[in-house]
Amino acid sequence: MPLSIGFLVKQPGMLSLIQDAGRFGAFNIGLTNGGPIDLGAFRWANRLCANELNATAIEISVGGLALTAQLDSTIAVTGANMPLSINGQVKELWRSYQVKAGDLIELGFATQGVRSYLAVAHGFMLPESFGSNATVCREGVGGLTGEKLKVGDILPCANQSRTQNLTLLDRLRPKFSDEAVLHTVPSYQQQHFSSHQQRLFFSSEYTVSKSFDRMGYRLEGQKISCDIDGILSEGICHGAVQIPADGQPIVLMNDRQTIGGYPKIGAVSSVDTDKLGQLSQGCKVRFEPISMEQAHNLFHLNLSRFNRTALTLCD
Amino acid sequence: MLKETPSANLNIHIAGENALIIYFVEQASSEVSAKVQQAELLIRHAMKDDLSTDVIDLIPSYASLMVMFNLTTTDHHQVRNKLRTLLHNLEDKSPIASNTEQAVLVELPVYYSIESGPDLAVISKRTNLSVEQIIDIHQAQEYRVYAIGFAPGFAYLGDVDERIALPRLNTPRMKVPKGAVAIADKQTAVYPDVSPGGWNIIGLCPIDMFNATATPIMPVNVGDKVKFKVITKAEFLALGGELPENLGVNTCPSQ
Repeated sequence: MPLSIGFLVKQPGMLSLIQDAGRFGAFNIGLTNGGPIDLGAFRWANRLCANELNATAIEISVGGLALTAQLDSTIAVTGANMPLSINGQVKELWRSYQVKAGDLIELGFATQGVRSYLAVAHGFMLPESFGSNATVCREGVGGLTGEKLKVGDILPCANQSRTQNLTLLDRLRPKFSDEAVLHTVPSYQQQHFSSHQQRLFFSSEYTVSKSFDRMGYRLEGQKISCDIDGILSEGICHGAVQIPADGQPIVLMNDRQTIGGYPKIGAVSSVDTDKLGQLSQGCKVRFEPISMEQAHNLFHLNLSRFNRTALTLCD
Repeated sequence: MLKETPSANLNIHIAGENALIIYFVEQASSEVSAKVQQAELLIRHAMKDDLSTDVIDLIPSYASLMVMFNLTTTDHHQVRNKLRTLLHNLEDKSPIASNTEQAVLVELPVYYSIESGPDLAVISKRTNLSVEQIIDIHQAQEYRVYAIGFAPGFAYLGDVDERIALPRLNTPRMKVPKGAVAIADKQTAVYPDVSPGGWNIIGLCPIDMFNATATPIMPVNVGDKVKFKVITKAEFLALGGELPENLGVNTCPSQ
């Protein structure tokens, strides 16, 4: 381990992971993408710290993270609504703060949403594994040691704070709710689902089950049947909606297996997997079919809105 | 300009907003797998040049190739057109095709025994073959690496001789040891690390199937050939193999 200082983990919380934008180019050795479940919130955290958009940050699921700054830096927390405090004083999400060596940063448990992102100026500085810092616990890859954060971990970063603090005005912040419409491109084995089954799928409401994690979101509701049981194992893309034998859809997320043999009816747009990733057990979703052109439009519209939205200086 | 005459067997489908999947045929065979490999090599080559900003990653599998692209620089029409142009002569026995047919042969040593292969006894009972015959059948042939996935370094090898192609266990083991050589239907594999798994274990391989700090990281790639070689317990230990304390001996109710 290189001698370094940065932020010391006092409490790791439920599940806190080092993430960058994800690992690409290692599918051929069986490594999945990892990366932030809510890419939008992750990028906002980096913008608020005036970082590159894929700078390495922490994804905090559910909450409970406490860090001590060992140097001067600037931090910002975005995403799920977790109460943030610095040295016991309540602070806002969606804005940056300068912190000094010795400051204690604490995140409570989310009241709305599941995952938040804590970025620091210049990002955390860690050696990459397979071209990325993204932690995938199942693979033991990324982060400090391929695991979730634990007490005593030191997350190195630059000893330099930003001169100005930035905020995303309240009216521009993403709002989290208990439901989401998942725009989905029909794809893969779509033709093996009868038009009746497809209509059922796209007109039914589903509930997020207790099995929701970084690999996938298992849903409960109208059973969907396919006229084939399985297929030759093939590449699975982000957002793919798998229909196993029990007919209950699973939306595959960042830590999914790279290949698999269950039929898939389509794939959810990345704009909407961001929203899905903020839902928890009992939340409602429904799927809405869109064409590939509409999916491209949705992606570009979202990206251009992100790029056009300016941050505001604050104290 | 290259003529665009996509082969009848080259079907490009939508996978997701930034992914296309090329289907070759509907059943796996070594010929189809060779075609997947050729296509992968052609695209990887183009990723250094014409497709460098467009294609992010590839997943080759039994009879398909998933192509993930960068939605900020390209769109599915452009990727589709480039793929068709690039792969238009895949059907022909072009010079590229014949070169890639000389697949790499990787030899993997295996300590086969009742001690290291807890399912051998059950397979013997179910197939009416002796343990020696099962081992002999498994190590006699060359296998093709059809796909890599499930876990880092997990290579799906086929096709297993039908006489020993046993289905997965009814109840998967919570812990399959690292190096376990196992069979599930017509597939065989070496578990790269400890993991849950439902395949029938017949031996242990002392070679690392995935080592992040080694070069290469994996001893095999998709398209390579694999041949298993029988080794003794002493050789297994000398090669750095470790016998796990509890292999989860198969307690078949009929025993």
